[in-house]
Amino acid sequence: MSAEPLVLPEPEIQWKLPPRGRVGMFGLIAAEAAIFTIFVVAYLFYIGKSVTGPTPREILRVPIFFTICLLSSSVTIHFAVKALSGGNIRAFALRWILTIALGAAFLAGTVREWRHLIYDEGLTIRTNLFGTTYYSLVGLHAFHVTVGLIALATVSLFSLLGYVRDEHAEPVGVLSLYWHFVDAVWVVVFTVVYVIGR
Amino acid sequence: MSTDAMPWPRSQPGARSFPEKLHEWVTTVDHKRLGIMYIVYGLVFLLVGGIEATILRIQLMYPQNDFVSPQVFNRLFTMHGTTMIFFMAMPLVFGFANYLIPLMIGARDMAFPRLNAFSFWLTAFGGIFLYFSFLGANGLYGAGNAPDVGWFAYAPLTSRTFSPGHSTDYWTLALLVSGFGSIGTAINILATVVCMRCPGMTLAKMPLFVWLCFVMGGLVILAVSPLSAAQIMLLIDRYLGGHFFDTQAGGSAVVWMHFFWVFGHPEVYVLVLPAFASASEIIPVFSRKPIFGYPIMVAATVAIAFISLSVWAHHMFTVGMNSNGNIFFVVSTMAIAVPTGIKIFNWLATMWGGKIDFETPMLFCTAFLFQFLFAGLTGIMLGSAPFDWQLGNSYFVVAHFHYVIVGAIVFCLFAAFYYWFPKMSGMMYNEALGKLHFVLFFIGFHLTFDVMHIPGLLGMPRRIYTYEPGRGWDTLNLIVTIGAFFQGLGILVFVFNLLWSYFFGEAAGSDPWDAWTLEWSTASPPPAYNFAVIPAVRSRRPLWDLKHPEDPDWRYE
Repeated sequence: MSAEPLVLPEPEIQWKLPPRGRVGMFGLIAAEAAIFTIFVVAYLFYIGKSVTGPTPREILRVPIFFTICLLSSSVTIHFAVKALSGGNIRAFALRWILTIALGAAFLAGTVREWRHLIYDEGLTIRTNLFGTTYYSLVGLHAFHVTVGLIALATVSLFSLLGYVRDEHAEPVGVLSLYWHFVDAVWVVVFTVVYVIGR
Repeated sequence: MSTDAMPWPRSQPGARSFPEKLHEWVTTVDHKRLGIMYIVYGLVFLLVGGIEATILRIQLMYPQNDFVSPQVFNRLFTMHGTTMIFFMAMPLVFGFANYLIPLMIGARDMAFPRLNAFSFWLTAFGGIFLYFSFLGANGLYGAGNAPDVGWFAYAPLTSRTFSPGHSTDYWTLALLVSGFGSIGTAINILATVVCMRCPGMTLAKMPLFVWLCFVMGGLVILAVSPLSAAQIMLLIDRYLGGHFFDTQAGGSAVVWMHFFWVFGHPEVYVLVLPAFASASEIIPVFSRKPIFGYPIMVAATVAIAFISLSVWAHHMFTVGMNSNGNIFFVVSTMAIAVPTGIKIFNWLATMWGGKIDFETPMLFCTAFLFQFLFAGLTGIMLGSAPFDWQLGNSYFVVAHFHYVIVGAIVFCLFAAFYYWFPKMSGMMYNEALGKLHFVLFFIGFHLTFDVMHIPGLLGMPRRIYTYEPGRGWDTLNLIVTIGAFFQGLGILVFVFNLLWSYFFGEAAGSDPWDAWTLEWSTASPPPAYNFAVIPAVRSRRPLWDLKHPEDPDWRYE
């Protein structure tokens, strides 16, 4: 029952814990995965329950090219981070910008697809249940791609100004985790919307 | 060195003007200040939600009473539920977790201090936003003010047709915003526990409080995210003309129920795990024994978290599921009684043979043990589908979940208040007033919530505005209301005790309870940097080792 703070022994143990950025990102990914799960479940549950047309089979076209773009961006970002931790800044910048280009191409593909659906097919978010679930799920994913692109572009801006060095491999690697997650979600969304739902 | 020869600069504590202090609190990223702000914020909403509950009880005191209008009654029970869960219990739980976890694991702050501040302000903004609906939700429609759709806001009540104006939008956005705040704090708690532990503190040496809050953080991530997703869908329905919950366009109202309860049931465990966490620290200290069965306590906690994710549809037996669904959710609901039972036995075994000291925190914890057991028993009754078909949506259900939330969670939170108040404020609370609070609140609690089961059994539905005389509910409802006043009186004593002790109490010293975890090794209140030297630990009770070098714990663990 002393009033004075007790003095604790000095650390003497070998002690290494995981980097907090990585753990925080895994937490965020878990939360995002839970959000996507709910939207995916809603999509699956509402397949074929629309009271009016158009149906997915009539109007959806499978975006194979843009899917390849997005998935290959996971490969380029992986090698970009690898180049950065190896100290090769130039290769990092090139691969990083290639990743952004591939991501942007995917987003452009979504824009094209939505434009086609809205103007040519007359499908909006309020047309029927398919429209509601389709635009919500694909839109939620596109929103995450957009956020990822903004983050990637910020890094590439720093990189062009010469601020990114090999000691930044860890935080840049954490950002790449998010991008891998966005790509992995697309695999699920693609399967649900264009394979099962069609 | 005389003090008048060398005047302190204006940065000396206590010499700052009010705007400077305010600025310091608003811009702080210190986990202790954020923790205290969470707690004060939760306390304010405890009072607000309590006043709402009291008005509800006055309305139901006599048959055919018209103390408030039916419209106001609907708004009040919606606001009472939403406030108590999202803006009383969650902030209090997060406040204690925020304040104590870094201190208990020997860290100087949370893993992400700025995310911590951001999350707090999101939660704070959410609550203020919800209450702004009293003024702002009228919109151009002149249609009601505060949300009146019930705290689980079943479709189609929330559709534009049945809920014109903006009241439901305020409810949705407030929960969405504060939900993002909760997810941020949960991520922070996980990262702090994984990455910030002091040397020697392996996972198996963490205080149980930290372990339980860690599991709570994981559960928040898995439970609150679905709620956020469902709120986004509701916003899409209301603002963009979507059809998620619009049955006329093929949507389903039952899907909203599933999505809400996928959040709603784990949420109970999000709240009760930190309550268990406090009990797991307080009971050993006041029994003068280490916790019984530490590894089993951890395992039971993780088991509760897992099982709690698969029981949600026991809230929906009356909605109608097929028999496979009913059986699955009955069995999983029963299964959760096993790990919770293990916990109760472990706490009892900790007390067994101990030198028990019934200070206020221990009184609240002891009452918690019995009340939580009883709440669990009525939970098993309601968890059996046939019984639930009879009593679903009756006052029996209301009595059951208030027994959990007040009898277990709020009692443990009060215990935590009294136990850690000396650490947070540096002052000792008044023990006599603390005991008075316990007695008043204990009597009030049992008058209200024991008796409330009976009108439920007699067929009184929940959320009714009033009732006919002569159904056998009259006297019971009067007793329930009288109990509510006892509880209110207890809370007034509590608030007075906190304020009075803070300003006029005696200094508590750094370790008033002769406790064993690291937060008691630093000054009360702790300095901004927590520990001058980052400590190293060798057992679950580092301060015991320090105080008893002749017989340290690490020899046996």
